[in-house]
Amino acid sequence: MIVFGKRIPMLFSLLAWCVIWEIIGRAKLSTIVPPFSGVLAAGITIVPTPKFSTAVSISLRSFALGMSLALLVGIPLGVLMARVASVGKILGLWVNIFISAPISALVPILMAVIGIGESTVVVTVFLFAVFVIVIDTHVGIKQADRSLVEMARCFGATRSQVYTKVLFLCALPEILAGVRLSVIRGVKGVVIGQLLIAIIGVGELFELYSQHFLMEEFWALVIVVFTFAFVVSESVAFLERRVEYYASTR
Amino acid sequence: MHRSLPPFAWQLISFALVFGIWEFAGRWPISLAFPSFSQTLLALFSMIADGSLAKAYLITLQPLVIGIALSSIAGIGFGIAMGLSRSVEWFSLPVMIVLQAAPMAAIIPLLTYIYGIGLTSKVLAVVVLASPVIVMNSYKGIRNANPSLIEMCRAFLGTRQQEIVKIILPHASALIFAGLRLGLAMGFIGIVIAELLITPTGIGDLITYNSSVADYPNMFAAIVSIIIFAALTIHALERLERKLFPPEIRGLENAR
Amino acid sequence: MPANAIIEVKGISKTYEGGVEALAGIDLALPQGMLSTLLGPSGCGKTTLLKIIAGLIPPSQGEVWVKGQKVDGPGPERAFVFQDFALLPWGSVLRNVAFGLELRGVAKDEREQIARKHIHEVGLKSFESSYPHQLSGGMRQRVGLARALTVDADIILMDEPFSSVDEQTRRKFQEELLDLLRHKKKTVIFVTHSIEEAVYLSDRIVLLSPRPGKISQIIESNIDRQDENPEEIRRDKNYLDTVDRIWQILKQYV
Repeated sequence: MIVFGKRIPMLFSLLAWCVIWEIIGRAKLSTIVPPFSGVLAAGITIVPTPKFSTAVSISLRSFALGMSLALLVGIPLGVLMARVASVGKILGLWVNIFISAPISALVPILMAVIGIGESTVVVTVFLFAVFVIVIDTHVGIKQADRSLVEMARCFGATRSQVYTKVLFLCALPEILAGVRLSVIRGVKGVVIGQLLIAIIGVGELFELYSQHFLMEEFWALVIVVFTFAFVVSESVAFLERRVEYYASTR
Repeated sequence: MHRSLPPFAWQLISFALVFGIWEFAGRWPISLAFPSFSQTLLALFSMIADGSLAKAYLITLQPLVIGIALSSIAGIGFGIAMGLSRSVEWFSLPVMIVLQAAPMAAIIPLLTYIYGIGLTSKVLAVVVLASPVIVMNSYKGIRNANPSLIEMCRAFLGTRQQEIVKIILPHASALIFAGLRLGLAMGFIGIVIAELLITPTGIGDLITYNSSVADYPNMFAAIVSIIIFAALTIHALERLERKLFPPEIRGLENAR
Repeated sequence: MPANAIIEVKGISKTYEGGVEALAGIDLALPQGMLSTLLGPSGCGKTTLLKIIAGLIPPSQGEVWVKGQKVDGPGPERAFVFQDFALLPWGSVLRNVAFGLELRGVAKDEREQIARKHIHEVGLKSFESSYPHQLSGGMRQRVGLARALTVDADIILMDEPFSSVDEQTRRKFQEELLDLLRHKKKTVIFVTHSIEEAVYLSDRIVLLSPRPGKISQIIESNIDRQDENPEEIRRDKNYLDTVDRIWQILKQYV
């Protein structure tokens, strides 16, 4: 976009949208869209409140736990599937089914079995996140350059050295891509899990604000959650870019 | 050893293993709420037999199909516009990136309060979840057009319009189709959430009702049915995609 | 400028965004009806110059005149053969060869008829319905050449057309190209980094030195291509002398 001969970076279009939002809000074009300034003001008011911070900390906790589990289980599983053909063939079917399935449908049964609380949300986050990690790790390891492994063996690498010094690093770009996608899914998992349970965390707040038509608070919370999702995924993208330099010459 | 087993056999082993474990876990007193494989299967057949499953799907599929149709038309159109026009891209790309990463599901309860508990909210739930990925895929398909082919088209005196119709769009069609498949997956998620949250109808109703009367085999059967249905539909699309757009036709066989 | 110059390059310079100076002040006249080669090591701007003549890249300075008209973009009198073939992967050989005519709005029957003639000419007669992924690299480039011939341009611009095929195919191609062009009145501008290829094929060789690209020397070939058997050329004393002479000049730039 070039204005007055100067190139404006794309990020500024978001500012343009904020201005448009403000205009739509002031013109009262829709009941659910308050002026952007009002949203900002509401945001500043609610963020320091204890209710908000409890909701956020519960959500963060569930997110962190669920994601850690997904990484701890998903990456080794992906490696196993890539290196042991039978495991790959058996589990591959299920991973492919669940990666695009509406996992939110499982939440009611999780609620019934585990209970209505944080644990269910943690399991939801886990289920949302793990399959992408498994598949991308699997693909990454499988596509790891055969000749690099042979080279390492030639120079006397032990089994574990092959894994840590060659395979894992070789597959790291794909693994990080998978982690980035899973992080986004994990955030969705927290929100959806909490929405369906509706009595804890940000899910509860969303429900509350919607119910009482507290639009400014609602959109403030939306911005907070969306920003969080964006920041976390961009952090992983940053890591991805740091290994990108060798990705194309593998 | 395992090289001699056809893939079909592996799938059978896989199913047998998982269903076996499930059966075992179900019988073990982990929880009253966790039905075994056989219980679930029986419940599933009974729901198919008495028509309640079919009725539920009829209701569920309506907003799904309408929502996906709307998302596709608008999404592909907008994605192509983003790909072809730098100004549209400037305005839309950051917003679209945010929307794709964001948990759009948070908007769904709001939709209910505004648009009521009818078809509109559910269609909107599907649209809101499915559109970002459809738009982004169409956009990427256009943007990733092979620059060598475009140069060739210019060298042989092609106009911009010919460039778009003969080179860019055919090349983008593979990614656009993939976007539709991913959009459908998101659509399923949207309709499930909508039905569990907004108003129990269709499959959502089967799930919530059976949950409330503690008929866990039925509840689980309903859940399993929607997961299987989604998986089968998306898998079918994937096969169609691979048939229509094999890598050679996409010009990818020399990639890397 | 010699009277039969069909292409005149006047003071062409090209600097890319980021400050890379690819070409600096190129003045050149290329004769009609002959095969001229732009030869040099990587970084000498030969492909850039070729694409500027083709009208695919605008120069930073200077002008190119083709057949007495200033170049402002691609034109019907110039056809391009690409290094990476640039074939539509979803189109058959027939569609690809006829593509130039398709873009000009020529009716399907007519353009396919013309295309078939040239497909036959480059030796791909039974492959009309094949797809690029079913063809070898050498065959794909024949399609590219047939496509350029089909639009019946006066000038054919070839950008390292044989660099993506193996050595044996390459030699065969060179011989076939000479055969093909022998009776046509086309002007060919060829880009390569292979000295042997340049001397084998060209009537005139333009040597370019790198960073930034400048004309180092122009060498007229004294090999008689009209009479001599293509296979004999590589044993011709003039051929061997010229190759050596050029190598001595270009050696310093590598």
